[in-house]
Amino acid sequence: MATKQAKKKASKKATNYLSNGSEWTYQLLETYFNEIERIAKDKFKLDTYPNQIEVITSEQMVDAYSSHAMPLMYQHWSFGKSFVGTMNNYRRGNMGLAYEVVINSDPCIAYLMEENTMMMQALVMAHASFGHNAFFKNNYMFRQWTDADAIIDYLAFAKKYISDCEERYGADEVEQVLDACHSLQNYGVDRYKRPDTMSAAEEEMRQKEREEYTQSQLNDLWRTIPVSGKMEEMANETRFPTEPQENVLYFVEKNAPHLENWKREIIRIVRKMSQYFYPQRQTKLMNEGFATFTHYNIMNELYDEGLVDDGFMLEFFDSHSGVTFQPGYNHRAYPYMGINVYALGFAMFQDIKRLSMEPTKEDKEWFNGQDWVGNGDWIKNTDWAMRNFKDESFVQQFLSPKIIRDFGFFAILDDEIDEELEVCAIHDNQGYKEVRRILANQFNMNQNEPNLQVYNVEVRGDRSMTLRHYIHNGRALEERGTKAVLRHLETLWGFDVKLESVDDTGKVTVRYQVGKDSRSLVDIFV
Amino acid sequence: MAHIIIDRRLNGKGKSTPNRQKFLRRVKSRVKQAVQDAVRSGKISDIVSDKKEKVNIPIKDINEPFIYHDDGGKKEKVFPGNDRFIQGDRISRPEDGEGDGGGREGSVDGDGEDEFGFSLSREEFMEFFFEDLELPDMIKKKLATIDDFKMRRAGFSSDGSPSRLDILRSMRQSVSRRVALRNPKKKQLKALELEKAELLHYIANNDPAVCQSQKDRVVEIDNEIIVLKRKLHAIPFVDDIDLRYRQWTKYPVPVTQAVMFCIMDVSGSMSEWHKEMAKRFFMLLYLFLNKNYEKIDLVFIRHHSTAKECDEEEFFHGRETGGTVVSSAFDLMDQIITERYNTSAWNIYACQASDGDNYSDDGEPLLELMKEKILPRCQYFAYIEIEDIRNGNARETDLWTQYDSLEHLKNFNRRQVHGAADIYPVFRGLFEKK
Repeated sequence: MATKQAKKKASKKATNYLSNGSEWTYQLLETYFNEIERIAKDKFKLDTYPNQIEVITSEQMVDAYSSHAMPLMYQHWSFGKSFVGTMNNYRRGNMGLAYEVVINSDPCIAYLMEENTMMMQALVMAHASFGHNAFFKNNYMFRQWTDADAIIDYLAFAKKYISDCEERYGADEVEQVLDACHSLQNYGVDRYKRPDTMSAAEEEMRQKEREEYTQSQLNDLWRTIPVSGKMEEMANETRFPTEPQENVLYFVEKNAPHLENWKREIIRIVRKMSQYFYPQRQTKLMNEGFATFTHYNIMNELYDEGLVDDGFMLEFFDSHSGVTFQPGYNHRAYPYMGINVYALGFAMFQDIKRLSMEPTKEDKEWFNGQDWVGNGDWIKNTDWAMRNFKDESFVQQFLSPKIIRDFGFFAILDDEIDEELEVCAIHDNQGYKEVRRILANQFNMNQNEPNLQVYNVEVRGDRSMTLRHYIHNGRALEERGTKAVLRHLETLWGFDVKLESVDDTGKVTVRYQVGKDSRSLVDIFV
Repeated sequence: MAHIIIDRRLNGKGKSTPNRQKFLRRVKSRVKQAVQDAVRSGKISDIVSDKKEKVNIPIKDINEPFIYHDDGGKKEKVFPGNDRFIQGDRISRPEDGEGDGGGREGSVDGDGEDEFGFSLSREEFMEFFFEDLELPDMIKKKLATIDDFKMRRAGFSSDGSPSRLDILRSMRQSVSRRVALRNPKKKQLKALELEKAELLHYIANNDPAVCQSQKDRVVEIDNEIIVLKRKLHAIPFVDDIDLRYRQWTKYPVPVTQAVMFCIMDVSGSMSEWHKEMAKRFFMLLYLFLNKNYEKIDLVFIRHHSTAKECDEEEFFHGRETGGTVVSSAFDLMDQIITERYNTSAWNIYACQASDGDNYSDDGEPLLELMKEKILPRCQYFAYIEIEDIRNGNARETDLWTQYDSLEHLKNFNRRQVHGAADIYPVFRGLFEKK
C-alpha cells in the first residue's frame, strides 16, 4: 500500500523532460546518452566497453548491413550482391531496416540513422550501446573466442592486404580465392580450442616468418616419394592427419602442397573473420533478448524518473511491441520470421526476473535445485545468465512452462520413413520437457550444420584429400551445393578432393569426388 | 566512461560502390547480353527513357554455395502458436515449397530462386551500351538551332493600322483633350454671363439714359459669348491625336522540337546483322538529340524500290523486300517535311543506313533531291554504309560514289561501318561548334 502511494507520488512529481517532440540534435544525443548511461551503470549494474556512436544515412545503413556491419571490410562482390539485394528489399518495403547495427569491438561502435526520431535514437543507444555492448564484453563465448580490441585494426590490415594482392596478382585471381574461402567459412573455425590472438602489428611482422616456417613444414610433409617395394611398409604407417580435423580452412592453409603464400594469407584472413563471428552465431537469442530486456528497463526507468513524456513512451511501446511480435506457425509472416529471437529472448529474460521475484509453485517444481529462483535479486540473476550461457544451454536451463504456454510451443517430428508428420509434444505436463529439449537443440549449431572433418590425405599417393561427413539423424547432404563447394576446395588444395558421408556404423553411404578437370562424380552406396 | 558521438553522414557514401562494381564486373557478360537483348527487342525511345533497365541474372553466376543438409532423415522442430494440436496428432506433409515454414531454412543459393534480378542505373546501362561503340568522353557542345519569331504585346503607340485601334484608350484620350480644351472657355463663358447678368440688373434698376456704357458692354458681351460658344462647339469629339493603337514586337525563340528521319534500305542485300548495326546507329543519334530537345518525333521510312513510312516494328522486322531505288525514300521524306514538319518550327535530322547498293540511273535524281530539297532543310544528315567485311573486301558502292559530290557540305557526314565501333565517328561532325 505504502509503495503504491509512493509510486503515485513519484509519477506526480515535477517532471523534467529532456526534450519535446521527435527532433533530435547532437546536444540532445549527448544529454540522453548521459542519462541512459547513468541508469545502465548505477541502477542496472551493466559493465560495458566505451561507446562510439556514429550517425549515418539510411543508405550507409544498408551498406553496413551488407558487409557484416564492419566499418572496414575487404571488398568482395558478394557484398555488392548483398547490397543490391538488401536495397531491393528495403525499396520494396519488405524489411524495416534494422534500426540497430552494432559491432563487437572496443570501443563498441553503434550506428544511429539520421531519420530516426529522438525516441528511436534513445532506444538504439539503450539497446545497442548498453545491451549489446554489455553482452559482448561479458558473455563467455565472446570472452573466449574474440579480441574486441583488435578487430578493427586487423580488418584494416586485411583490407589493405587483399587490395594489394588484387593489384599484384589480378582481381580475378583474388576473387577466385575469396569465393572458395567464403564457401568454406563455416568450416574455418576452431570449435574446441582457443585460437591465437589477433593483432595487426604482429601479423605483419610474422608474415615473413610464417612464409618460411610454412615452407619448411611442407617440405617435411611432402618429401616422401613412393618407391615401389616400400609401399606395403608405408601402408601400415599412420594416416595423415592422425585425427580428423574440424578446421578445414586451417588445414588447407597449412598443408596445401602448391598454394602460393599470398593465397594462404587470404585463407587466414577469411578464417579469422569467421572465427570472429563464430560466437555471434551461437548467441543470437541471448544477445537480442538481453539487449531488448536492457532497453525495456532503461526506457521505463527514464519514464519513471520523469525524464520523458507520455508521447515518448507511446512511440516506444509501439516500436517495442513490433519488434517482439511472434507470429504463429500459420500466420502469413511466419515463413519469413520463424521464431523471433527478440520475442523469445526478451520473454525469457523477463521470465528470469519474474522467477527471481515471484516464482509460482509450478516454477519451483520445474526449477527444483536451482537456488537463484525466488532469491529476489533479478539483476544479479539476469547478469549471471547473460554471462555464462549460449543459446542452446540458455534454453535448456531457463525455459519455463509458462513461456512454453505463452508462446504456444509445440513440437513436430518429421521422419522420412513416416509418410505423415507427428505432433510429438505440446504445452502440457507430458510435453514441457520434450519441447524444451527440441527447442534447445534448434539453437545447437552442431546439430544444424553438417559435421565435416578432414579425414585423410594421400600423402604418398595422388595427394587427394578426403573429407568425412558424419551423418546425424539420417540427414544427407544437399548435392548441388556440396559439389560446388568441393570444386572450390579443389582449387585451393590443388589435387582431387573427395567427400564421404558415413553413418554411425562407419559405413560410407555417399562418396563425392571432384577432380582437376572439374569432373565431379557422386557415388551412392546403399 | 568515455564515449564519443561522430557524424559520418557525409563521408563514405557509396562505400558499397566498389563492391557493386565488383559485382557488376562479375556478372558483366550477363549484363552485356541483357543490354544487347534490350536493345534488340526494345523500342528506341523506351531504351533511352528514364526507366531503369531491369537485368535478370541467372543465379549460377553469383551463386554463393555452401554445404547444408538436404531434406530427409529425421527432423524435430518446435513451432509457436499452437491453436489446435494435442500430442499424437498426425498431420499430412505439406506440399513442396510450403514446407514447415521454419524460415528460409534451405538456402537462397541452393535450390532456390532461379534468377536474381536487379536494375541498372541509367549511367550503368549507357556504359554497357556504349562500351563497344568506343565513345570517348563527350563534352557537350551547343547544337545548332533555328530561331523562330514570336510576337509579343508591347504597350501602345500613337500610330498603327486601324485593325489595331484601341477604342477605349482613344476615347480616354479624347475625353481628356476635351476637358483640357473646354474648361478655360467655359470659365470665361461663365464669367461673361455673370457680368452680363450684373449689367442687366444694373440697367434695370437705374435710369436707362445714364447706362449707355453698360448697354454697350452688354452688346459686347453678347458677341463674345457667341464667339465662345462657337469655339466650344468646334472642339471635336475625337481627334487624330487621341487615337491609340495596340503595339506588337517580334522576339526570337529557339525551336525546341526535333524530328528524326530514319531511312533504311530493306532490299534483299541487308541482313539481320546489317539491321543490328543500323539500329545502334539510330539509337545513338536519338540519344544525342534527347539531351537537347524537349520533343523528338521519329519518322521511319523504309525503302527498296519504293518507299514507305512505317512504324518502328515494321521498320526493323518487316518482310517486304525488293530492288533499291534510294531517291524514292527522299521523295517521301520531302513530302512529309512539307506536310508536317515546317522548318521554322522543327529541327530536322536525318540518318540513313544502307549497304550501298543503288539503282545506277538513280544517281542524278537522287543528288538533285539531296542538294535542292533535303540538305538545305536538315540540321544534320548522317549516312552510314554498313559493310560486312568478314566475308570479303570492302568495295566501292553505288551510293558511296553518288554521294561523293556532297562530301564538302557541312551538314552532311558519311561513313563506312564495319562494326559497332565505327558508328560513333559519324557523329563527330555534330559536335563542332557552330
